[in-house]
Parts: sequence; C-alpha cells; structure tokens
Amino acid sequence: MSLIVIDNLQASVNGKPILKGLTLTIEPGTVHAIMGPNGSGKSTLSHVLAGKPGYEVTGGSVRFKGRDLLAMAPEERACAGLFLAFQYPVEIPGVSNMEFLRAAAEAQAKARGETPPPAIDMMRRLREIATELGLHTDFLKRGVNEGFSGGEKKRNEILQMTFLRPALSILDETDSGLDIDALRIVGDGVTRFLRDNPTHGVLLITHYQRLLNHIVPDVVHVLTDGRIIETGDRSLALRLEEQGYVGLVDRT
Amino acid sequence: MTNETIEQRLNRAYSAGFESAVDADTFPPGLTADVVRAISARKNEPGWLTDWRLKAFAAWQAMPTPDWAHLHFPPVDFQAISYFSAPRSQADGPRSLDEVDPELLRTYEKLGIPLHERAALAGVVGAEPGTSSNIAVDAVFDSVSITTTFKDKLAEAGVIFCPLSEAVHTHPELVQKYLGSVVPQRDNFYAALNSAVFSDGSFVYIPPDTRCPMELSTYFRINARNTGQFERTLIIADRGAYVSYLEGCTAPMRDENQLHAAVVELVALEDASIKYSTVQNWYPGDAEGRGGIYNFVTKRGTCLGKRARISWTQVETGSAITWKYPSVVLRGDDSVGEFYSVALTNNRQQADTGTKMIHLGRNTRSTIVSKGISAGRSQNSYRGLVRVSPTAAGARNHTQCDSLLLGSQCGAHTFPYIEAANSSATVEHEATTTRVSDDQLFLCAQRGIDAEKAVSMIVNGFCREVFRELPMEFAVEAGKLLEVSLEGAVG
Repeated sequence: MSLIVIDNLQASVNGKPILKGLTLTIEPGTVHAIMGPNGSGKSTLSHVLAGKPGYEVTGGSVRFKGRDLLAMAPEERACAGLFLAFQYPVEIPGVSNMEFLRAAAEAQAKARGETPPPAIDMMRRLREIATELGLHTDFLKRGVNEGFSGGEKKRNEILQMTFLRPALSILDETDSGLDIDALRIVGDGVTRFLRDNPTHGVLLITHYQRLLNHIVPDVVHVLTDGRIIETGDRSLALRLEEQGYVGLVDRT
Repeated sequence: MTNETIEQRLNRAYSAGFESAVDADTFPPGLTADVVRAISARKNEPGWLTDWRLKAFAAWQAMPTPDWAHLHFPPVDFQAISYFSAPRSQADGPRSLDEVDPELLRTYEKLGIPLHERAALAGVVGAEPGTSSNIAVDAVFDSVSITTTFKDKLAEAGVIFCPLSEAVHTHPELVQKYLGSVVPQRDNFYAALNSAVFSDGSFVYIPPDTRCPMELSTYFRINARNTGQFERTLIIADRGAYVSYLEGCTAPMRDENQLHAAVVELVALEDASIKYSTVQNWYPGDAEGRGGIYNFVTKRGTCLGKRARISWTQVETGSAITWKYPSVVLRGDDSVGEFYSVALTNNRQQADTGTKMIHLGRNTRSTIVSKGISAGRSQNSYRGLVRVSPTAAGARNHTQCDSLLLGSQCGAHTFPYIEAANSSATVEHEATTTRVSDDQLFLCAQRGIDAEKAVSMIVNGFCREVFRELPMEFAVEAGKLLEVSLEGAVG
C-alpha cells in the first residue's frame, strides 16, 4: 500500500487559493523532494497535511496508509505516523525536551494501543540520538527550543523525528539557515534514519539543491503556483539549479 | 484549541467541595467585645491575652476596610458571621478509616498528607500516627486544631509543634514574646480582626542549632456554614535552626461567600532558616462567581538575626478573592528573603497577591519570582513592594514577574513598587506577559499530544522555577492541582 496518496488537493488561506490541484503519491521506503519558488505553496502543503488550523481544504483527497487523512485531528495524524519537521520551531519555555518527547511518545503509544517503553529506555535512546546529531546531552534537559540557535532548532526536529520513528516525515525547509557543517549533520541524520527504517518515507521541501547532496531523493517534483509541473529523478534538481525556476516555468 | 475544549476542562468540579456533617458548637453571628471575651474564655486564656484581643478589637472598630487592591466585591457584613465553631465531641468520631467520608480522605491524599496520618487527621478514635512518614501534621477544622501528629518524635529533637491555643498555656513566655511581634494588632484591617478573634492555628518553635527532623504541615479546612476562619500561626526558628513548613487549605462548595482572615508570623533568629510553603485550594466559587472563599491573609516574617533566611513559596489556585502578600522584613545584616509564587485564577476569580521585601540590614538580599496565570474571566494582579531603607547598604533585590494568559477575557496586572533610599542598593525588576500560543499547541498536537495535556504541560513549564522550591512530594501535587484548576483555558 502507498504511504500517502494526494489526489487533486486544493486548499486556500483566507479565501485565497494556494494549492490548485496537487497530486502526489509516496511509496514506502522512498524519498521525495518538492522544490519550488517562494509562494508556490510548499509550506501550505506541509501545513495542510499536518492539519494546522487556518487552512481550508476546498477539494481533492489525501489517503495516509489507507485512511482519510483530512478527516483526522492533528494529533491523530501524528499518532498515525505523520511527522512535520517545522521550518520555524516554536519554543515551549520550562518544558524540557526530554519531558516533551516522553509525553509525545506516551501519547502516540497509547493511541496505537501499545505500552510506552520505560522512561529509562527512552532517556537512553534520546541520549544516543542526541550524540549522533552532535548535540550535548544537556540539550535534552533544556526547554523545548528555548534559547536554541537556528541550527540547534533544526537538529532538534531531526532528533524528534528519529525518536518518534514516523512512517512519513515531512521536512519543511529543514536546510534553511543551516551552515555547511550543520547541513551535513542533518543530512546524515536523515540518511541514518532511513537506513534504520527502510520502509518509511520522507518528503523534503526545499528551495535548494544542496540538501539533496546529503539526502539523495528518489523522486524530485517541481511545484509552482500550487501545482506540480514537473517530476523527475535527481537530475531534475541539478538542472533546476543551473536554469532556475524561471527557465523551467518558461519552458513548460 | 477551541473554546469548547477549554470550557469542558474549566468546568470540572472542585473536588474538595464536600461538607462534613459534624455536630458543632457554634457562636451566633455577630462581633462585640463580649464575643471577643467569650472566645478568650472558651479557650481558658490568661488575662494578658484577653486584653491583647480587646485592644485589637478596639483598633479594628476604628479602621476602614482597605480598598486599594484591584478587587471588586460587595462589602462584607462582619456582623453576619459567626466567630467561633468547634466540633462538639471528638469521642463521637469515626472508629476506623472506613467510616470517614471518603472525600475527606481523598482531600488529604490530594494535599499529599501521608496515609498513616490521615486516620489521625480524620479524627479516627484511637488512631495512632504512623512512624514511616516524615511529615508531622496539624489539622485545623473550622476554629480549632483537631490533632497534631508526631509530637513525641518532635519533642525528642526539642521541637515544639502544637496548636497555638495549647502553646499559650504550655509555653506562655514564647507566645507572649513573639505574638504580634511581626504583625502587630493594628497592622491592617484584617490582621486587627484576626488578632481580636483568632481561633487556633499552629505554633512551632525550633531550638538553637536544630534542624527540624521532618516537614511540618498544617491543614486548614472551613466546614461550618456562615463561619469565618481566623487562624493564627506563629513559627520561631532560634539561632541556627531550620524548619520547612507546609500549609494546605480546602473548603466546602457553598453559594455564599465565606471569610478567611488568617495571620502567619515567622521569626528567624541569627543563622536560622524558615521555608514556608502554601498550597491554597479554598473553594473558588462556581463558574458564575457565586460563592467561594474571601481570603484576606497577612503573612510576614522577620529575619531578626544576621544571616537569617525566610523563604515563602505559594501555589494559589483557590478562593473567590485572594488578598495576600507574604512579606519579609530583612532586619539582620546579610539576611535573605525569598518569595516564589504561582497564582492561578479561572472563571470569575480575583487575586491581588505579591510580596513586600523590606531591607533594613546591610547586604540583605531578596528574590521575588511571581508567576500569574489567568484564565476564564478572572483578574490576576501582582502587587509587590521592594523597600531599601537608608541603613541597608549593599542591599540587592531581583524581581521576576511573569504573566501567562489563557483565553481573551481574563486580565493580568502588575503593580510593582520600588523605594530605594540607599544609593549602594541594586534593585532589578523583570516582567513578561505571554499567551499560550496556537503555534505551541499545534507543535504539541503534531507530536501527538492533545490540547488538554499540552496546556497543562505548558503551564507547568511556566511554573517550573516556583515548583522547584516546593518540597518534592508537594511539587507533584501542585502540578496536578494546577491541572484540575485550569480545566481547559485557551482561546
């Protein structure tokens, strides 16, 4: 079964149409990248899939692991295995990363009718993941994103993803604001996650080809004006970098 | 998060709102000098104390009710209140825990009172306090202290922990020396009223160089109808002594308002340290603001000696109206005052609470951390005074005052007063006002955490610095209490 089947999705914000018939299917174990200029609807897509309030779906359907995704509450989508790595992660002062992730893991386990792992095991795993991502373990005791640098916030998203093991991860411009070293660490983190979870899928949303040097996509889509106008393999991303979106849009 | 979920959470019932059917000896309503004499006579008090009460009563009669706080309520009819109520007989009490109102037991449990102590607290005949726990408890039911546990073990250490009415007889020299030494009879309207009619409360004395071997705790409960509660607590830590004390409060749910006007006095001598924690869960009234406790409390400590330390920690979730400013007078050089507060208001609750730090000695230091959480249509005010007198060279204060708003119909207000009369003093004030944001709730939802859990997690995080100051077992309780009191407050 496909991981997610997005069919002719249309969505508006404040009555303004942003997604105008987007169709996309992601199979287990594949990495898709969506590239597109500013305002093309990339972040809207990620928010609509995650169920963020303020977006109106005006047409189309989304099936996630066979279920009607759009009928589910945001927390149900999360518990079903859909993860969004935020472009701008917010702070929750005073709530430690550890506590936050434990609450998340417990809520998700409960929703799936599973017993959450013992707290001590969770802590051990979190420390391992933090270390792999080049984060000091003190990081886990700090408030969620509280006083984190831009790079730390993005790495924290990858840490959460790795810990929660979602079936489908949407990475919304996770590469923006990262320096070269941080980009490599994030890329390695995602690659490692996919290696450890070979049936899971990733949807990368990005402006730039450079992230794709670290996370090699199976499929690349170009999104402009709320529609996917071209789909190809990795070479499409390289071509985009040479010609720019304008060149591509003009040609199609 | 929708208003609907918020409403649902807000409407969860006050769990301590039961009434206990106890045969009580209650004075008819009204307050005169004769009533004051009768209270004193009922307690068999010495003449000096009767006179002390009468002096307070005379002062009170001449005082206007204070109106400066950011609180709105109809005038209280002080002649409609009964000033004394006591269970008639403790021998008629329940014989075992099974006969005790399970609600009462649950309340004790919620307050974190250890199981062994609950039987004794509930007045079970013949119940002996357990030995495994490390908390000694005094329970004040309406006007009288019902029982004090662990007296023997405390006596071994030389610690005196008993009802104030008992201390008047057993330790008159200490009571006479310190009663009113921190909060004088005419300090303010409610303190004067309390001084005239105070019923009972706890008395604590820790001898020199003694670390009190266990946490001390008083549990206050208003039960009888139309009764005011006027307890008075006096804690003295002698040179080099240390004590940690916790106070818990509940009351039944009633449509009419009930008055609670307590006084707490703390005295810390040289190198002594007193840590006083309160979890206040008086009945807050219903969603429309009917009923609830009027909580007009004067709490103050004096660091009399050098290097003394007094620390107030309060978690205020109950009461229709809270008027309360636990304060520290820093008299001894190098003494330290601390105030850590969480005040949560919901529905129509009003709170005007904060602290006063009066720096008199040299190099005295004070810290104020206030966390106000407003929900529903409540009004939550922080009012704090930091006064540095000319004698307080090198004094330092740091104040941090944070407000968290849940919903759009509540109010948060901050009234800081700073009076610095010594140029070597350092006084800092930081304040923030934040809201539980939709983005925070969405982040939580995206990780699988529902709105109810998310709000309670965010609020607990906001209060972290204060909860850290509570004794461990009560910090957990405080978190839970906050969760229950909040019941769904985001708009």
